Amino acid sequence: MAEVVSLRDAVAELVHDGDVVAMEGFTHLIPVTAGHEIIRQRRRDLTLVRMTPDIVYDQLIGAGCARKLIFSWGGNPGVGSLHRFRDAVQHGWPVPLEIEEHSHAGMANRYVAGASGLPFAVLRGYVGTDLPNVTDTIKPITCPFTGEALTAVPAINPDVAIVHAQRADRAGNVQLWGLVGVQKEAVLAARRSLVTVEEVVDELEPVPGGMVLPSWAVDRVAEVPGGAHPSYAQGYSERDNAYYAAWDAISRDRDEFERWVERVRAGEEVNA
Amino acid sequence: MTTSTYTADEMMSVAAARALSGGQRCFVGIGLPSTAANLARRTHAPDLVLIYESGTLGSKPDRLPASIGDGILAETADAVISVPEVFNYWLQPGRIDVGFLGAAQLDKFGNINTTVIGDDYADPKVRLPGAGGAPEIAANCHEVYVVVRQSKRSFVDQVDFVTSFGHGRGNGERARLGLRGAGPTLVITDLGVFRPDPDSHELVLTGVHPGVTVEQVREATGWELRVADDVATTPAPTSDELAVLRALKEASS
Repeated sequence: MAEVVSLRDAVAELVHDGDVVAMEGFTHLIPVTAGHEIIRQRRRDLTLVRMTPDIVYDQLIGAGCARKLIFSWGGNPGVGSLHRFRDAVQHGWPVPLEIEEHSHAGMANRYVAGASGLPFAVLRGYVGTDLPNVTDTIKPITCPFTGEALTAVPAINPDVAIVHAQRADRAGNVQLWGLVGVQKEAVLAARRSLVTVEEVVDELEPVPGGMVLPSWAVDRVAEVPGGAHPSYAQGYSERDNAYYAAWDAISRDRDEFERWVERVRAGEEVNA
Repeated sequence: MTTSTYTADEMMSVAAARALSGGQRCFVGIGLPSTAANLARRTHAPDLVLIYESGTLGSKPDRLPASIGDGILAETADAVISVPEVFNYWLQPGRIDVGFLGAAQLDKFGNINTTVIGDDYADPKVRLPGAGGAPEIAANCHEVYVVVRQSKRSFVDQVDFVTSFGHGRGNGERARLGLRGAGPTLVITDLGVFRPDPDSHELVLTGVHPGVTVEQVREATGWELRVADDVATTPAPTSDELAVLRALKEASS
């Protein structure tokens, strides 16, 4: 059963140096504040997994928390490049970053296999592209029934999945709605999971199209209002597009970025 | 300044929008393709079904989405689904007519690079965002339209990295690999319009935008450009198209 705890305690307990950590969220419901807590607690050598690493992964990479990134699209959505990610890939700053690169369909299927307790997934994908030449977790496979040539990708089973949701009840049942991305698959694929929520309520009222992660499928819940900022939580907040634009200037310059990291480590409010 | 009252980018968006027709199901990439697809839906193709990889079927935004997961895409959709579902249930079986993609680099056989610039993947000159949904959109939609700003740097003989397969090295390579969709059938740039030769699958210039010469297009092409016998001139944007395009952009700024 999920225990409702503080974000600080949840990260300290669940996220260890060297872990494979998936913090999912497809533009919506990104667990940004949890990422800042990982920076604050100075985790190292993480393998970060995410379909769409955006600015919170740029921040974790720039802060030296990661040794490897498994992903399918890395950018600052609607703005441009991730400068800390590029600096790490192109110049090894602050530490070299190994990459394992997929497509969205491949990553989504890797999570589905992980959540399904299967060793791999099958899809129609990657054929003719250069991705299989640079990524050794993409392999051809022949259908045993039809003989058709398809592609296999291995399951992702992160040590920890961290996602953000709209709300949870006091028993730790989690409710989310809107664009739900691969959050359910990430939580079910992971060995341990943390869900940050906008609010903890007495009772979860049904929401059209809403999804519930039962308490017994989640390890820890932390109440973190605004924890998705600058992304958004439908029904609670709007996406802060200006912040994404502002991040471009902060992240371009190593010194400017380091000052930002110092503020995070000092526990300052960095979301404004 | 020319005497024209619209920009080359606006001409490109309008030309790309016109390529879409009502009732088509269109898998929309963010950026230029999204601009064009929304313009089409707000002008001549109100029944166009817009599908975004964030998991929305039938989005009807009244402004341009700021990102692929902009809340307005979910709030206005016929259905909101998970990301595995959009790729596995809707894209993969061939339910989508047109994949509408952008490119950082495009080559003469319509292969798309959004991964790295430079010969060495491990030590790239420029690290780009990566594949996103494009490889499987390019593979599994019935056909693919690409919209891209054209220059010698973006329009190359051979892409540095094949992120999304177009026609490979041409001459039917796509069919030999067993890909079910037709691949890129139309490329629209800020200068003109290109279609693959039916046999070699090399992109051929079939149209230029008003005021653009074939020579200008050659200058902005990184290979020995083939030109169709009859090069059409794209009709200039109508005042209505421009008004809707500008309103969409204004509303999202």
